[in-house]
Amino acid sequence: MPFFAPGDDPGASFLELLRRTGNEPFGDLAQVAAAEGGLGSLEGSHATTVLAVRSSGGVVVAGDRRATSGHLISHRDMRKVFPADSYSAVAIAGAAGPAVQMVRLFQLQLEYYEKIEGKPLSLEGKANQLAEMIRAHLPQAMLGLPVVPIFAGFDLADGRGRLFQYDVTGGRYEEQDYATAGSGSLHAGTVLKLGFRDDLSEPDALALSVQALWHAADEDSATGGPDPVRGIYPVLAAIGPDGFRQLDDAESGAVFAALQADLASGGSGGGSSAHRGEVPR
Amino acid sequence: MSMPGLYVSPEQLMQDRADYARKGIARGRSLVTLEYDGGIALVAENNSATLRKVSEIYDRIAFGGVGRYIEFDQLRVAGVRHAELKGYQYSRSDVEARSLANQYAQMLGQFFTHELKPLEVEIVVVEVGSGDEANQLYRIQYDGTVMDEETYCCIGGDADAVRERVAEGYDPEFDADAAIGLARAALAGPEREITAPDLEVALLESIVPDTSHRRRCFRRLDDAEVEAALGDDAEEPEDSADQEDS
Repeated sequence: MPFFAPGDDPGASFLELLRRTGNEPFGDLAQVAAAEGGLGSLEGSHATTVLAVRSSGGVVVAGDRRATSGHLISHRDMRKVFPADSYSAVAIAGAAGPAVQMVRLFQLQLEYYEKIEGKPLSLEGKANQLAEMIRAHLPQAMLGLPVVPIFAGFDLADGRGRLFQYDVTGGRYEEQDYATAGSGSLHAGTVLKLGFRDDLSEPDALALSVQALWHAADEDSATGGPDPVRGIYPVLAAIGPDGFRQLDDAESGAVFAALQADLASGGSGGGSSAHRGEVPR
Repeated sequence: MSMPGLYVSPEQLMQDRADYARKGIARGRSLVTLEYDGGIALVAENNSATLRKVSEIYDRIAFGGVGRYIEFDQLRVAGVRHAELKGYQYSRSDVEARSLANQYAQMLGQFFTHELKPLEVEIVVVEVGSGDEANQLYRIQYDGTVMDEETYCCIGGDADAVRERVAEGYDPEFDADAAIGLARAALAGPEREITAPDLEVALLESIVPDTSHRRRCFRRLDDAEVEAALGDDAEEPEDSADQEDS
């Protein structure tokens, strides 16, 4: 059982506790990579589209399900949007292994802090914790294993949704309206930019997110679209005053079906493939 | 530690330490933990709203301590660390109260025999069973003695008297409100009354209404919820000894 002398106590930092107990969470892989002369030949799963949109009642987070290794699809049902705690979510882009590990550490850190301190971190505090983890991960990012997440949540103190974007060095940038990350982020961002309004309701924000993901999947080979054959749909989650809620497959499927109907009838989501009325697989 | 030329028999030394620890614990208020039909309730008499005696350790595990606050709070933090590290290294389902109770026992035993003074604390570690598993209630004393308790357990200065009162009124069919009511009546005894702000109440709920996102069974009740559970929201009823019937 870990017991520390006063003045030597790692406090509410789970990462520091891991280090003190010989479980360094970030170092070892970078050392291996350095010894191997970099990971240039080892293609990680980098490509993705994840996004977050502020709605009038909170924030909506969405991400596709495809993981790729080079030109191959390695997973069709990968999850890239995770609840960070009851009132926030993190969506990941970048190398899959380190990204999933970072999410796990982040979730543990938030819960650990809450238990040790007896109250949860502020939303800003959570965003800063994630920035610190990305900064600690920089050596691995330099070797070709970057992790670039989006963090979004409902700020209980302010009563509104807030979202944060990051760069590989741990730079933290608060966005007002929407944020995107991953290889399809350019296309998704354009759709969000054109479709965003200040008073988007939660269903409207979900519909806009789905439209953005669809266009990203349409243009970017590394972003997966909805897969009605297998029943795999991009992950959609909404965070409001009642906390984090992920839509189940039936709900996500319905949002995509509405988009598909709109596209088929030449509606606002129209692109080149809309005339064929088909969704990319 | 011992002075040259001054012999103290081991029996005497241990006796003195035990007396010292017991005296420290006796100064504090007691804590009751008892099973109800949907989980485990932890109820402590505590007039501080921020210095807590009852806390969350892990998904299904809670901690309660009495005695010197700073000492049992250190144990609480150590327990959270032990549980989180174990869950990180293995899996969340591998974290259980029994192993935690043994760790606590070792630590308290170590303090009792090797440190200058023993810890003046008594703690409970409880785990709510998942599915068909039974609940686990462990009571650990200042010297590291672990007791595996059934259905309810009491710690603190007045523990024996409180336990008797719980035993008299206990019914395994209790819902959470009735369990909290009985705990309050048992903590207060016949002569005193305890109101909601002087109670610290938390539940480990085995029935999880929303299974998709809730894995943490621990829920702390605020003063209003405690008042509602006790049925004192309107005016204080006269028959406070019969709270468990409400």
